[in-house]
Amino acid sequence: MKHRILLPAFVVVAGVSLIAQGPPGPPTVGVDLSGEWAPRFHEDQPERIPGPDIGDYLGLPINAAARQHADAWDASILTLPEHQCKPHPADYSPRGPANLRIWREIDHDSQQLVAVHTHISWQQPERTIWMDGRPHPPEYAAHTWQGFSTGKWDGDMLTVTTTHLKMGWIRRNGVPRSDKAVLTEHFVRHGDYLTLISVINDPVYLTEPFVRTTNWALDPHQQIAPYPCQAVVEVERPQGVVPHHLLGTNTFLSEFAAKESLPFEPTRGGAETMYPEYQLKLATMTPVAKAK
Amino acid sequence: MRAGWVGVVALTCVLCAGAQPSGQAPAAGAASGVHTLKVQGNVYMLVGAGGNIALQISDDGVLLVDTGTTANADKVVAAVRELTNKPIRYIINTSADPDHVGGNDTIGKLGSTIAGGNVGAGAGVGAGIIAHENVLTRMSAPTGKSAPYPTTAWPTDTYVSKQKELFFNGEAIQTIYKPGHSDADSIVYFRRSDVIVAGELFNTDTYPVIDLAKGGSIKGVLAGLNDMLDIAIPKAMQEGGTYIIPGHGRLTDEADLLEYRDMVTIIRDRVQDGVKRGQTLDQVKAGKPTLDYDARWGATSGPWTTDMFLEAVYKDLKGAAAPAAAPAAKAPAAKK
Repeated sequence: MKHRILLPAFVVVAGVSLIAQGPPGPPTVGVDLSGEWAPRFHEDQPERIPGPDIGDYLGLPINAAARQHADAWDASILTLPEHQCKPHPADYSPRGPANLRIWREIDHDSQQLVAVHTHISWQQPERTIWMDGRPHPPEYAAHTWQGFSTGKWDGDMLTVTTTHLKMGWIRRNGVPRSDKAVLTEHFVRHGDYLTLISVINDPVYLTEPFVRTTNWALDPHQQIAPYPCQAVVEVERPQGVVPHHLLGTNTFLSEFAAKESLPFEPTRGGAETMYPEYQLKLATMTPVAKAK
Repeated sequence: MRAGWVGVVALTCVLCAGAQPSGQAPAAGAASGVHTLKVQGNVYMLVGAGGNIALQISDDGVLLVDTGTTANADKVVAAVRELTNKPIRYIINTSADPDHVGGNDTIGKLGSTIAGGNVGAGAGVGAGIIAHENVLTRMSAPTGKSAPYPTTAWPTDTYVSKQKELFFNGEAIQTIYKPGHSDADSIVYFRRSDVIVAGELFNTDTYPVIDLAKGGSIKGVLAGLNDMLDIAIPKAMQEGGTYIIPGHGRLTDEADLLEYRDMVTIIRDRVQDGVKRGQTLDQVKAGKPTLDYDARWGATSGPWTTDMFLEAVYKDLKGAAAPAAAPAAKAPAAKK
């Protein structure tokens, strides 16, 4: 007599659900961004390499608070020992001397992608972009220069969300970026070229999202050198002195406009200076006279 | 047949367990609103009980820096007990503020110090409560007056010198007098865990609260911030290393403290400049000396607003602060 084994319905459902889920397999979708990437500076070279001029806030969607912060900023603050070894935060580090290395972390047993890691040359910041679905830390957790990043694939584009950033900068002439900001990035690989589209949303200092693009070319011969940093006393000062310009006393703010034969108003930034139609307004303004 | 059914059920359980999505366990105390965060070494941070609380746990027992508000005391105890059943030996208070000492009574009574030798009866009952003498002065009252707190909440071990030293749970702990928010403030430094507890000298969500009537000063706040910067050493690239637990807000390190120190210094300098030029408070405010920081640390309502902060800084710098309340005169000795 044959015995019929009638499986309970819930067993059937569980079994079907497992089969649908499938066993652990190779890294899910996406593309391998790994490699040694050499930066390309054809975009925004003057700002990224020699550096922005004091008072140049062109094309930045900053508010009055950011403008005042930048107007008061004195580069001498970077001589303070505690300021000397600060790396560029995650949103700015791709913009500077940014020889980049990317590598993947794959779980040995499941062969699932756990994280994507990056290392950048200047001040050697390293980031971990978690790909395993873990949540971001709570609000009261510590912030870091590189923040806490999670990523997901949109087709072959890696979209990364970063929170828990320390206070940083939009432009390295004193234009600030707060620690309340959220950074969204999209990494796109097209053959031997890598493009990063980054979007900063900062409720403290920006009136609109700030979008930048940065590019690299694959360079298998790239060797990234170490970049140690040790703070020293560069300028003897009494304890607690913080270099800055008192409000209304920074006499250098119009030098950029004069040097570039621009009107002063556009150099003050603001969202409208990002858009091409601002050129119509620019044409009605008088440039600042060069100093004789 | 029965064995076959058991096998099917077992297999089902295995299948279902494998199909469940992974997830993180809820944070300790999340339901109560008091959250625990491991800092480093022996030190944890409790958030959500009023002021931030530091917790040091190891073989010797439990030490708390501050105890939150009275209303949250039971939640603090529950959070501690999720981590350890060791006895609460010490409480250190960084100030006399209600959101820092409110739990002293409830939590202190649950604890015990180690007493012996020629000390009197009752010694060892309750945790030892360490604070600057001025905390005791604020929490108690002269004879005949009603104290704001019960005696069981008062500090039992006060200091009047530069600092109070303690070795507990395998590390040296310095409680250092740093008046600034008031004249009763201390910071606490766990030397081996490398964690500073800043009390009300440093908050990540407000301008520093300066209680002029209780001996607070902008000079004191800045001295405290600068001294903490001198103590803190980052691990690498201005990150990690010494961690600082602020009075309120998120966990920080030297770089975060630096931004706060810079901000307070710059605002002080701006107000100082206005005072030197003979400006009134309204004129100083009209110059918007905090515009670049208000969206981050300012407030237009609540217990500590931007206006209140500016007024305190202005008055302090102008030297117009109200004098501290004179001590009550002693009652004459009864005639025999």
